[in-house]
Amino acid sequence: MIQFINFYLIPALALGSIYALGAVGISMIFGILRFSHFAHGDVMTLGAYGTLSAVWAFGWHPLAALPFGIALAVAAALVADRAFYRPLRKLPTIYAVIASFGVALMIRSLVQLFWGPQNQVFKSGVRAPLVLFDTFRVSSLHLQAIGITLALALALHWFLSRTRTGRSMRAVSDDPDLASIAGLEPERVIRATWIIGATLAATAGVLAGMDTQVHANMGWNLLLAMFASALLGGIGKPMGAVAGGFLIGLIEELSTYPWIGSEPLVSPSYKSALAFGIMVLILLLRPQGLMRGRLL
Amino acid sequence: MITTTVATGPLLDIRGLSAGYGATAVISGIDMAVARGEIRVIVGPNGAGKSTLLKSLLSMTTILQGQVLFGERDITGVPTAQLVPMGIAAVPQSRNVFVSLSVAENLDVGTYAVPGVDAPRMFERVYQLFPDLKDKRRQPAGELSGGQRQMVAIGRALMADPSLLLLDEPTAGLSPAYLERIFDLIVDIRQTGVTVVMVEQNARQALRIADVGTVLVSGRHHISGHGRALLANDEVRRSFLGGGEAS
Repeated sequence: MIQFINFYLIPALALGSIYALGAVGISMIFGILRFSHFAHGDVMTLGAYGTLSAVWAFGWHPLAALPFGIALAVAAALVADRAFYRPLRKLPTIYAVIASFGVALMIRSLVQLFWGPQNQVFKSGVRAPLVLFDTFRVSSLHLQAIGITLALALALHWFLSRTRTGRSMRAVSDDPDLASIAGLEPERVIRATWIIGATLAATAGVLAGMDTQVHANMGWNLLLAMFASALLGGIGKPMGAVAGGFLIGLIEELSTYPWIGSEPLVSPSYKSALAFGIMVLILLLRPQGLMRGRLL
Repeated sequence: MITTTVATGPLLDIRGLSAGYGATAVISGIDMAVARGEIRVIVGPNGAGKSTLLKSLLSMTTILQGQVLFGERDITGVPTAQLVPMGIAAVPQSRNVFVSLSVAENLDVGTYAVPGVDAPRMFERVYQLFPDLKDKRRQPAGELSGGQRQMVAIGRALMADPSLLLLDEPTAGLSPAYLERIFDLIVDIRQTGVTVVMVEQNARQALRIADVGTVLVSGRHHISGHGRALLANDEVRRSFLGGGEAS
């Protein structure tokens, strides 16, 4: 049982929190701009690299340097929207989807150009685990990831339900035409969506990079699981995406636990295929996702 | 010496307006001047272009020709969202509430576009007009009946403290009981100084509360007159109100 918590449950929740933060942005962008943003993983990568540069420059802890990564990711998202997505706004959304593939490739190439193709680490060396109550030996990093994600999810929920901008975002997600009639400027709401989405993505990128390594493909590799999470929670519902992210993380990691006998139930090399499988099942059986409502 | 300028011209002045979807005109050459404080009811057979006229005022169609003046301002083709801060609020015919937002949130959203609007006072005013909404303020608007949604929708529009309220078939699909209530409310809203322009399918009842009724036929202005005068007009009654006696 202790082993299960130390080696499976906590890492699963940590992985889930990274998926959750990425999936929230994907879900909100879909809810408001009505397209699947395939460059979201690369926005995440950019956030990690922006933070890495600040860590190199100032020698700070990655979480202290995170605002630099966020600023870079937000700037990139806003520029991409202005240059590539906004001109396509009136066209069928498939144009924006394809454009987002292009943006993904551009970001990834630029990352390789500026930071090089080799893997990087925020901090080298072995980190001693945190020992709690003499029994649990967990990575403090994992606990940080889970805590940060839960705090951000709560803050987002508060923002969407209590603030003007948050309510405007829910209104636009509900019915963009009615929102215009009510006088809400769609472009302002869209800007807020990119800022929030990119902020959470950059945070996820840094958490992922702190756990393993920072490399140009990191976000792209996480994209599928993030889409699966967003779909599982019901696309367009950020709180659903948070729950979906944790669920996908749990399913992926816990599938490798030796539930029967002493062998892993599913070989670890197949675990990412599980996210695919869940995504397809959800699309077939319950395309509206597991949660009710929109944007909350 | 203090001089005050009193605006005397029409609040809404539509001049030779032709509009439609793409290059196809649905309405052509519409002239219509609505005075301040007036209830204007636009009636006409199906497909006459009533809703298109209203949508054209909101720049939701392609304007092919003509001009729309709001007071002194030319609002022809001004983006929909920018009309609310100028004092024009509208209620579309269907999909008129934010279904996942609560009743209070729907109303609150109505104030966002107008800087400096006194939200608590507007809430009070709307809850006074629609006391039912106060009890249901925490409920998602999507769970309400059609009549209640219409009240939320009109309430949301009033929250912006508009001088002109545009209503697209506010009684469509409502029970006769609600229908009467909505018409009574529109009269009450006018009492607060709001000019109302509405498109109505229930022409007989609507013309009864109209200061001026306008009949559109095939996208053109056919006849305008005092609501009761139109109801008494044989030709109008025969052709557009399904015949019968004026009641």
